[in-house]
Amino acid sequence: MALVIKNGRVLDPAQRIDHVLDIRVDKGIIVACGPNLADHAEESDQIIDATGKLVIPGLIDVHCHLREPGGEAKETLATGTRAGARGGFTALCAMPNTSPVCDNQTGVEFLKSRAQATGVVRVYPIGAISKGLQGQELAEMGDMAECGAVAFSDDGKSVLRADLMRQALSYATMCKRIITAHCEDKDLATDGAMNEGYWSTLLGLRGLPAVAEDVFVARDILLAESVGAPVHIAHVSTMGAVNLIRQAQARGVDVTGEVCPHHLALTDAAVEGYNTATKVSPPLRTERDRVALKDGLADGTLTILATDHAPHTPEEKKREYAYAPFGISGLETAWPVFWRELIESGILTLHQLVAALTIHPAKRFGLPGGDLTVGSAADITIIDTGHREKVSLDGWQSKGLNTPFLGWELTSWPITTIVGGTVVMRDRQMLI
Amino acid sequence: MVWRRKDLLGLRGLSHQEIGKLLDTAVPMKEIIQRDIKKVPTLRGKSMVCLFYEASTRTRTSFELAGKYMSADTVNIAASSSSVVKGESLIDTGRTIDAMGADIIVMRHSASGAAQLLAGEVKARVINAGDGAHEHPTQGLLDMFTIREKKGKLAGLTVTILGDILHSRVARSNIWGLTTMGARVRVCGPSTLLPPEIAALGVEATTDIEAALRGADVVNVLRLQLERQQKGLFPTIREYGRLFGLNRDRLRLCKQDVLVLHPGPMNRGVEIADDVADGDQASIEEQVTNGVAVRMAALYLMMGGNNDGVGN
Repeated sequence: MALVIKNGRVLDPAQRIDHVLDIRVDKGIIVACGPNLADHAEESDQIIDATGKLVIPGLIDVHCHLREPGGEAKETLATGTRAGARGGFTALCAMPNTSPVCDNQTGVEFLKSRAQATGVVRVYPIGAISKGLQGQELAEMGDMAECGAVAFSDDGKSVLRADLMRQALSYATMCKRIITAHCEDKDLATDGAMNEGYWSTLLGLRGLPAVAEDVFVARDILLAESVGAPVHIAHVSTMGAVNLIRQAQARGVDVTGEVCPHHLALTDAAVEGYNTATKVSPPLRTERDRVALKDGLADGTLTILATDHAPHTPEEKKREYAYAPFGISGLETAWPVFWRELIESGILTLHQLVAALTIHPAKRFGLPGGDLTVGSAADITIIDTGHREKVSLDGWQSKGLNTPFLGWELTSWPITTIVGGTVVMRDRQMLI
Repeated sequence: MVWRRKDLLGLRGLSHQEIGKLLDTAVPMKEIIQRDIKKVPTLRGKSMVCLFYEASTRTRTSFELAGKYMSADTVNIAASSSSVVKGESLIDTGRTIDAMGADIIVMRHSASGAAQLLAGEVKARVINAGDGAHEHPTQGLLDMFTIREKKGKLAGLTVTILGDILHSRVARSNIWGLTTMGARVRVCGPSTLLPPEIAALGVEATTDIEAALRGADVVNVLRLQLERQQKGLFPTIREYGRLFGLNRDRLRLCKQDVLVLHPGPMNRGVEIADDVADGDQASIEEQVTNGVAVRMAALYLMMGGNNDGVGN
C-alpha cells in the first residue's frame, strides 16, 4: 500500500521547490513528486489531502535531551520521540548528558537500539566530548563515530579546560564529526538562576551575565580556528555571541550557531512571578539580545534553529526558583513559536525558516534527510499555517510539562508527521 | 481603607495608601507595647506559624511577640528541627501547616520568590519575613515607621542606603517603600556590591560615599555578610570598613539632624563605627521596638481588622 500526499504546497528549500504538487511514498521511500499523482493512485493507496497545507521535509532538531537512560521520570525515548512527532520533527539529536553518560560505544548502541524499539521518530546520538562529562579526558570519539554518533558535545556545561577543548575540536574533525559547544564560563556564572540585569536585581535572583557566554563563544571560535576545525555553537542567546560568530565567519572561520524558540519569544521579564518554566540555560536574556538573535537569523549569521528540549518532572520544577533545574520542554511548541517570532514579523522567508529546521541542520551534522528528493526516506511534515491552537497540556506527549508558553494562542501548527512512510501524527492526533 | 490583599510578600506594588495604612496602624500598636500589661484580645483564636528556613533572632522573636501581644496562638518552626531535614518540599510543608488550620504563616527563606511560591499553595495568609535577596517588607515598614516618627514625614527626605546592596532584601524593600512614599533614595556601596541597573528601580546609585552622604536626612547602614569577602567581592574587611564604613567624620557630611538606622545584627567597626552606632543620631534599638509594632499592624490588618478595633 502506497501513500499519496495530495495537492499540498510542497516546499523543499534543498531542491528549491515551491509548488502545489503530490508526493507518492512507497515502502517508506519518496518514489515520486509531481503534479496530479493522485489521479493515478490505486484503490489501495492511502490518500492524505493536503490542499491548502504546507508539505515540507520532516523537521530535524539537532539539540534535545531525551533523558534515557537514567532520567526516565523526566522523559523516555518513547515519550520524547512522540513529543517530537507532535511538534513536526522526524529526527532528533539526543544530547549525551544521561546517566550513565553517553560517552562510549555501548552508550551509543544502547540509544540506537532503544530508540529503534520504542521511538517513533529517528534518534541520532550525540556523544560526549569528555569521559563522564568531567572535562578531564577525551571520550572515545572514534569508536562512537563509527557506531553512529553524529556529533560531540558536553552540553549542559562547557569543557572548561581550553587544552582539552582544543584537542577535542581537532580529534572530532579527524573523526569527521562536528563539536556542538555549550558556551558558559562557569566561574562567571556561579549559582546564577537568570540573566543578570534589571530583572535579576528586582527579583533578587543571582545573575548569569551575558559575558559568561560571550567569553566562551570567543574562546571556542579561536580554538576551532587554531586547529582548522568546524564548530557549532549551541543555543546562542546573547548579542555578543551573535557578533562574535558574525566576525569569525567574515574572516573565514567555519562556525555556525543555533537559536532556540524561547530565546526568540521571551525575555528575562518573563521571570517575574518566579515561574520556574522560564528557568533555562542559557537564560532568557534582554530585548536587545532577542533583537540581535533575529538580526543574526535575518542576515544569515545564524542558520539553524533547535529546541534544546529539556524536560523535567513537575516536582522538580515546582519549587523555589533558585533550586529548580534549568530547562524548557520545547519540542511540541517549537514550530508555532518560530512562526510567530520569525514569519509573522517578517524576519525570515518561509524558505529560510524551513531550511533552518531541515537542510541546514542535516548538512551541518551530516544527517540523512532534510529534503524531499525522490529516492530518499519519506520523512515529511505537513503544516497548517492557518491552524490556531491554545497551548495546553491536553494531548501533550512529553513527560516534561515545563513550558513557559502554556495558554499562548499560536497560529501555524504541524498537523501531520510522517517518518519513513509511517504516519505518526495525523490531523494533530497521534496514531502511534 | 480596608486591607484587601491575602498576603504581604513585598513592598513593591503596594500603593501609597496601603503603606500609609500599615504605618498608621502601627502607631496605636506601639502604644500597646509600652503598656505595663501588653495584651489585647484582638487576635484571640487566631493562629500564626513562624516558618524559618534561615537563622533569625530578632525578626522571628519580633513576629512571635507581635502575635502574642494580640493573643494569637503562635508556633515556631525552625527548618533544622523539622521534616525539612527529611527532604520535605516547601510546598508540602506549607500544605501541612495549612491543614492544621494556621491563619497566618510567617516565612523566612533563603530563596528569592519562596514566599510567593508558598502563598500560591496555601489558604493561610503569608507574610514574607525575608526571601533571599528579594524583599523583607516588614523591615522596610519598620524603617519607614522609624523615619516617620523621627522626621514627621517621609516625602521629600533623602535616604541613603549604604553597603551590600546586591545581596540585600532590606535595601530592595526600603527602595520600593520609600520611593512610593515620596522619599529620595540613594544607594551606595563598592561597585561589586551594587546590582546591575539598580538605578532603574528609581534610585541614585553611586560608589562615592561622600556624595552619597552629603545632605542626607537618613542613613540606613546595611549589614556586611563577612563571607562575601571569600567570593572576591571586596579585598578585605579592613578595606571595606575604611572605604565604606560609616564613622563620625563621614556622618558630618549628612544633615545635622541625620537619623542613622541599621537592620542588625551589626558588625561594629566594619560597616558602622562604635560611636556612631551608640551615638545620639542612631535609633537602632528604637527600630527593634518599632519592628514589633509594624508586625502587629500587619497581622492585625491581614486578619481583617481596621483602626477602630485597636486597643480594647
